[in-house]
Amino acid sequence: MNFQIAVLLGQDGITNGAIYALLALSIILVFTVTRILLIPLGEFVTYGALTMAAFQSGRSTGVVWLLLIMIVIGCALDIRNLLKNGYDLRKVQWIILKLAYAGAMVALTQLLTLSEIPMFLQVILTMMLLVPVGPMMYRLFFQPIASAQPLVLLIVSIAVHVAMVGIGLLLFGPEGGRTQPFSDTVFRLGSVMLKSQTLWVIIVSIALIVFLFLAFERTLYGKALRATAVNRMGARLMGISPDFAGKATFALAAFIGVLSGILIAPITTLYFDSGFVISLKGFVGAIIGGLISYPLAAIGAVGVGLVEAFSMFWASDYKEVIVFTLIIPFLIWRSLTSHHVEDEE
Amino acid sequence: MLSKKLLSAVALTTTFACSVAQAEIKVGVVTSSTGPIALVGIPQKNSVPLLPTTIAGEKVTYINLDDSSDPSTAVKAFKKLINDEQVDAIIGPSGTASAMGVIQFAAGSGTPMLAPTGSAAVVLPMTEQKKWVFKTTQNDDLIASALVEQMQKDGIKTLGMIGTADPYGENWAKVMAGLTEKAGIKITASESFQRQDTSITGQALKVFMANPDAVLVAAPGSSSVLPQTTLKEQGYQGRMYQTHGAALDPFLKLGGKAVEGTVLAASLMLVLDEVADSKSKEIATQYVNDYKALYGHAPATFGANVYDAGLLLQNAIPVALKSAKPGTKEFRAALRDALENTSELAATQGVYNMTPADHSGFDERGRVMITVKDGQWKLLK
Repeated sequence: MNFQIAVLLGQDGITNGAIYALLALSIILVFTVTRILLIPLGEFVTYGALTMAAFQSGRSTGVVWLLLIMIVIGCALDIRNLLKNGYDLRKVQWIILKLAYAGAMVALTQLLTLSEIPMFLQVILTMMLLVPVGPMMYRLFFQPIASAQPLVLLIVSIAVHVAMVGIGLLLFGPEGGRTQPFSDTVFRLGSVMLKSQTLWVIIVSIALIVFLFLAFERTLYGKALRATAVNRMGARLMGISPDFAGKATFALAAFIGVLSGILIAPITTLYFDSGFVISLKGFVGAIIGGLISYPLAAIGAVGVGLVEAFSMFWASDYKEVIVFTLIIPFLIWRSLTSHHVEDEE
Repeated sequence: MLSKKLLSAVALTTTFACSVAQAEIKVGVVTSSTGPIALVGIPQKNSVPLLPTTIAGEKVTYINLDDSSDPSTAVKAFKKLINDEQVDAIIGPSGTASAMGVIQFAAGSGTPMLAPTGSAAVVLPMTEQKKWVFKTTQNDDLIASALVEQMQKDGIKTLGMIGTADPYGENWAKVMAGLTEKAGIKITASESFQRQDTSITGQALKVFMANPDAVLVAAPGSSSVLPQTTLKEQGYQGRMYQTHGAALDPFLKLGGKAVEGTVLAASLMLVLDEVADSKSKEIATQYVNDYKALYGHAPATFGANVYDAGLLLQNAIPVALKSAKPGTKEFRAALRDALENTSELAATQGVYNMTPADHSGFDERGRVMITVKDGQWKLLK
């Protein structure tokens, strides 16, 4: 173990840690606002990475059909509600808008030669295809049972995860994918090599965290979500729609998940079923933050990444054991220091 | 792609519907077409429609079940095939762990089982139960001995190993430890990783620090790529060897420039155009063409393992038919005996010569040395 190896491992740990931190933040965000533990978060990571990989290898992607089907079913449910509750112009406009969006996406993916457009546009298109899957997922599976017990929500969440893994296999095949790096540049700091992709991951993660912070501190919508997280009933009385809050957090979580996937796709091979383990490590970070504190969760997640990197050097066979054992001391510490708060509903 | 999968699903259900008819030969197929080892299971499932449908004038029906890469589901599938369908033979399952779990049920009911799994553990060491198991892949040590010979030729003295922490990687570590010792090659580092790991910097660094002359990666499918690209990124200059687990086209696509010059031993299917003419080449070419016609892309070698199982049955069933009727215990026993007496049967990956001691039956005709040149598989000369 010399300095250079420590730096290489540290770099690796921080890269993965930054991704885990992003995922930990979205897990906490979704949990505080909706009480749902977002198990399918990891699937957004793999879908993002594999969609990019499919674009670049020139294969057709079935993802757009998934989006189309989800939007059509969602709209059908909306229309049924409209018939039951009476006509509402704004809702009709929304339905038409959503269907038009799905149609536009289908047209875009069918007409463009996806392997030839610039990488930046591929990223945008991947986002446009996958981020709406988040709110549609909430609309279809969680909105109808939004007031159920957290345990029921968790079970549904696991079911959605299992279904998403199966759909992932169908859409992307079992082979796994890897994408082109954003740039091939390698930086040297003295004797230490820094990969540019690593810097990309770290810079984008920090930017995203700052953006989230500003969005939640300074904007009205951010404050509305925070209010829902603090007190659901109170927020509702203040006119904040819980449906809106749910969809907005799912959209944010999907955005963060897909972006994480796109960021790490050039450094590793991702498979249709890789997502769960990745999000589980984000979950360890979220637990360290007590499922409530964003800064603690982010620091915890980076810690998870570092522990993982160094334990795979010293004891590769026990890497996962070490990482997931981390959760136990923190749970003990958490349960000793925190006092139980009654659920307000 | 989607519609094709749907079609095969429809085909599958119709197979179920047809299986009510009696007095025909019934063969169960258990593959892992979903779950972690779907990579192996999907080409195997896809090969089922290419299996012989009539053998010696008797109609053969195939009943295809998915075990979702789960040993307990594989056991359920086997029990269903044996008790409800009363099949005459079973091809499958795809995974080694599943295969180890079902041997006792195949043996208990006296049903011959043709396992398209990688690990030699399903037929070795031979026991009373494993008498009922035949393996349609090359044993690891057959491939490994070819690799070790090549290493000796290349003047390798020290070797680093990175393998997956599953039966595949572990068996390779065991086999290589024995063979390299005999060949005077020292293993200076041996590391393991999980297929889904997003980073294996630590393991690669450790191998790199030991600075061996060459590194062997023992991992199935696409997971064999990451160790190699990580080592290359860190500046490792030595030779790279891979096992037949890497012998898939995604390996070339995912690895790109980093896998150039890799050496591996695998079945001749990868370099069909280059190998000398033989019966195996003819059969393999036909299989590849049929598969392409049906699915639009070439099959992974795993598919050929199921296809070979069909050829073995095609060879053995006429013999068994002489002594008993399909659907009876006697027929299954006769079929097992006939399979064990298979001799000089050319199939897609080599030539089978089964004996009571060897239920895999490949010799050195079942492997060729292959290298990666200009992003293509090429015969190593």
